[in-house]
Amino acid sequence: MRLTDHERHLLDGGGGEALARLLGEQVRVGDFFGAERLQPIANAHFMGDLEVLGDAGLSYLTRLAEAGLQVQVPTTRNAQSVDFAHAALLRQSDDLVEGERRVRAVLGRLGVSTVNTCIGYQTVYQPRFGEHVAWGDTGTVAYANSVLGARTNYESGAAGIAAALTGRTPAYGFHLDETRRGNVRVRVTAAMRDLADWGALGAIVGERCRGYWNVPVLELDTAAPGQDELKHFGASVASFGSVAMYHVVGVTPEAPSADAAVDGRELVDRFEVGDDDIEAVFGRDLAEGGDVDLVVFSAPQLSFFELKRVADAVAGRRVSDRVRLLLTTNAMTCRGLEEQGLLSAITDAGGVVLQGTCWYVMDPAAQRREFGWSRLVTNSAKLVNIIRAHGYTPALRRTDECIDAALTGKLSAR
Amino acid sequence: MTAARATYSVRQATGPAAQAHLLVDPVTFSPRYDLDRVQGRFSRAGHPLYGEPIAGVVLAAPGVQGGVAGGWAFLAMAGLGVGPAALVFGETNPVMVQGAVTADIPIVAGIDPAFFDEARSGDVVRVDPSARTVQLL
Repeated sequence: MRLTDHERHLLDGGGGEALARLLGEQVRVGDFFGAERLQPIANAHFMGDLEVLGDAGLSYLTRLAEAGLQVQVPTTRNAQSVDFAHAALLRQSDDLVEGERRVRAVLGRLGVSTVNTCIGYQTVYQPRFGEHVAWGDTGTVAYANSVLGARTNYESGAAGIAAALTGRTPAYGFHLDETRRGNVRVRVTAAMRDLADWGALGAIVGERCRGYWNVPVLELDTAAPGQDELKHFGASVASFGSVAMYHVVGVTPEAPSADAAVDGRELVDRFEVGDDDIEAVFGRDLAEGGDVDLVVFSAPQLSFFELKRVADAVAGRRVSDRVRLLLTTNAMTCRGLEEQGLLSAITDAGGVVLQGTCWYVMDPAAQRREFGWSRLVTNSAKLVNIIRAHGYTPALRRTDECIDAALTGKLSAR
Repeated sequence: MTAARATYSVRQATGPAAQAHLLVDPVTFSPRYDLDRVQGRFSRAGHPLYGEPIAGVVLAAPGVQGGVAGGWAFLAMAGLGVGPAALVFGETNPVMVQGAVTADIPIVAGIDPAFFDEARSGDVVRVDPSARTVQLL
């Protein structure tokens, strides 16, 4: 890899041992992927909650803070594992709560803004077209690359903070033009009636085109999707397929046409997704219907308008006594919700709005054991994919069906 | 040194050499979705390796899936002494590589596809990133 004189100086220890080690790790990753240089970045976002960090990760961050390192670009943190205001309600362990406070303090010393959101692109910072950033949380990466035309690879926890502290990242993958070209064409004839349909589409495309280097190109027969639809698709296709970028012809900025999005790259697959395919995803779990323990709107955190929709639907009604209704968002959105009188519409109905967290990073396995929860309904395909490892039986349903399940405690058969 | 039964080339590699028993994951791997990262075991319901420990083995999988949590997962598992000895993938993504580099776990990818036809869980394998090879011993 070609390094600048300054980068070489830092690698040789000119900025201290800790920085040299971080840069060394970046060079090793860059060499692995054939990067020719390091790319300066304008912004960093990384996943650093206690559940995923573990004690080892917290020690790692503490060593960086003790070395006096500071972020070189504006840096935000993804959702954390605890909403301090609701930790007792969810019987989160004292270790987790105290540990999360320690993480937050360490990140503050490093200069990280602990805004604790996985939808920063809807609320905190939206990179411009062509801007190079280093983002973690796969859904944010898919959104940045695809919808905004910014450029980032998946930057997993330690790599994300390394990029923030060095102000650069190896120039490979989605920083380069050639990687961004589409190689899978998908015609979508399904009606795409709900956010969950977009998550289901993400599951289908992700499972079929699995692989970080695959870039699906969607051609739609339906109306153009909005921000939240693209958010759910991106989070799902990233979760099911490890996909970091997609194009939607006529919608996303690097796809004025399918030919432009593909730009001569060899196709590895081409297929169609219809209504039956989407319905089949909904039918995968709990098709027989029945009692529900938990209804969760999360993964990613909800936007203002997603929350408003739920608030409007449950206002003046009551969540079933045998169901817990959980929704997650960030502090900024929650404040706006409160100001509009919508937060109380949800909480008065018995719903719980958690802020600064995303439910699947809140040690959901511990909650399952504490509360005896098992059968979970959500409109997030990403959550369905993740939560099985925590022992739940999850089912993907459309938003209205989820709200109905929360109010009745029952899921209809499909 | 034990003679190799077979040697497979890899396209990408980094980290120190390692030798251990092999655990073959027949599906795409995600430390976040598949594992209990405290116990170091496969915990995803219905996973072909459900219950199998990952601690100290060379984990081989045809591909990877899922999110950025893998980066911290390898460091966390290494810190608890339940992490893998090495990672061998057909195709991989930056998460696995970043995570492995931070945790100083050897990782290779782009392995000769014949490896997945011939290698079996329980085989002893040597992963040598500097030579860009994986050997069945």
